[in-house]
Amino acid sequence: MHCDVCKTNQATVFLTQIVDGKMQKVNLCEACSKEKGVTDPTGFALADLLLGLGAAQEMERGGTVQKCPACGFSQADFKKTGRLGCATCYTTFADGLAALLKGMHKGTDHVGKVPARLAKSIEREVQLKTLQRDLKKAVASEDYESAATLRDQIRHLDVD
Amino acid sequence: MAIHNILNNTGEWLRGEGPHHQIVVSSRVRLARNLKSFAFPGWAKKHERLQILEAIKPQVEALTEMNDAFSVYSQDLSALEKQVLVERHLISREHAAKGVGSAVVMNRRQTLSIMINEEDHLRMQAIRAGLQLKSVFKMIDKVDSALEERLDYAFHPKLGYLTACPTNVGTGMRASAMVHLPALVMSEQINQVIQAVNKIGLAVRGLYGEGTEALGNLFQVSNQTTLGEKEEDIIARLHKVIEQIIEHEQNARQMLLQKKPNTLLDHIGRGYGILRHAYSMNSKEALNLLSFMKLGIDLGFFPEGCRQPIDELFMETQPAHLQKGTQQKLAADERDSLRAEIIRAKLNEFPRPDVGLPPTSSAPDGNGSQN
Ligand SMILES: [Zn+2]
Ligand SMILES: [Zn+2]
Repeated sequence: MHCDVCKTNQATVFLTQIVDGKMQKVNLCEACSKEKGVTDPTGFALADLLLGLGAAQEMERGGTVQKCPACGFSQADFKKTGRLGCATCYTTFADGLAALLKGMHKGTDHVGKVPARLAKSIEREVQLKTLQRDLKKAVASEDYESAATLRDQIRHLDVD
Repeated sequence: MAIHNILNNTGEWLRGEGPHHQIVVSSRVRLARNLKSFAFPGWAKKHERLQILEAIKPQVEALTEMNDAFSVYSQDLSALEKQVLVERHLISREHAAKGVGSAVVMNRRQTLSIMINEEDHLRMQAIRAGLQLKSVFKMIDKVDSALEERLDYAFHPKLGYLTACPTNVGTGMRASAMVHLPALVMSEQINQVIQAVNKIGLAVRGLYGEGTEALGNLFQVSNQTTLGEKEEDIIARLHKVIEQIIEHEQNARQMLLQKKPNTLLDHIGRGYGILRHAYSMNSKEALNLLSFMKLGIDLGFFPEGCRQPIDELFMETQPAHLQKGTQQKLAADERDSLRAEIIRAKLNEFPRPDVGLPPTSSAPDGNGSQN
């Protein structure tokens, strides 16, 4: 059996991994497994390796945007390296990435730690959206008293 | 602090005595973080990488945890020094390849190490002896919280911490434990264990080599996914699995003692004999024989005082550690004789394995006289 990466050497390292019922297999030669850092768990993920083996194409199907406006990174670059260019790339290539992330992780939404500073502003944004929606409803139903209170609350949030 | 302070003193995790330290060598948690308004290191131009470095490095050095730290630009480390740090798990192999534009900062105890401009702007890890994933996570989480007050992290409300590679997005966390599993390998149960652990989304791989080919019977167990699960839940899940692996290994050891005492004693006795009398030994043979010695100590065939010298040899017989003493690059055969010499010196005072009082004496046919 040949190595999946260099396609020339005999494969001696066989990796199988099941993520949420999806079996993924990669066969590597000694040299490629070393180069990919297969023996270093903090530096390696099988999914990462698969990226270089065609999974990146999934991303291509997702979007039509060619280049990230913030950093100039393109889909072709991603195909080559399996890495993104900058934080904005996640927004730029969001459609394609969604499918990729879904096959790669346990879930599609982050449920862990949030930086304390952002936690406040994220919370405020959610509050603001709720208030604005309530305000719209109040205005539509001509409940001007509630609308006035809501406007006050929104003004308060903006000032904080 | 200077580089020789780091090189000449092994890290705390190599000496420490954590919970379950007989089977769990170390616990490690790594977090990946990036700054909001810069390209990731792999895509950033050199001048931008330098800008990032100068924005991050002073903040890392200012951490209370980094009081009396060793902080160095990548270009100021020699290839050999980098390799020593790789062998100690203080920097990654990828980071060792970096030059201008990258740096590493580590504390004196070598329990905390922060790489700047590796694959992500920040790769920070905490490592300690034994099974203590929870406290190791707490340690690195605290550092992360302190840094986020001073640095603008790239964070997405839905996707979490944004990383250069989509495989790390979300928590940006990789937690792992290094485990010593000689009995599971000897009894050929290791592949079953690996498959079972894989099924629940965790990875097991040899520290040096794969599957039953893992040298020194050392394995790393780690989480594979980072999105859709809380840090604490990932850690708890991993912890539970490691506890189960420990139990399997202990059962396998008891089984070997009862059913195949001669095979077991033969491995340990040969390990002792060869290590004490060899004049040339490659790293593969050394790791495998040291593993049997470690097992022998766990089983009470050697006094407890032998533990630390053996644990140290696992590290001291690695290629870069060997050569840091000689200050010059050695050919493979020179390394092999030096390795054998260091091992002989260290084992010089070791008593012979005390098989007269092994726990096997409780087994009816366990004293090795059945043939
Ligand atoms: Zn190959
Ligand atoms: Zn970008």
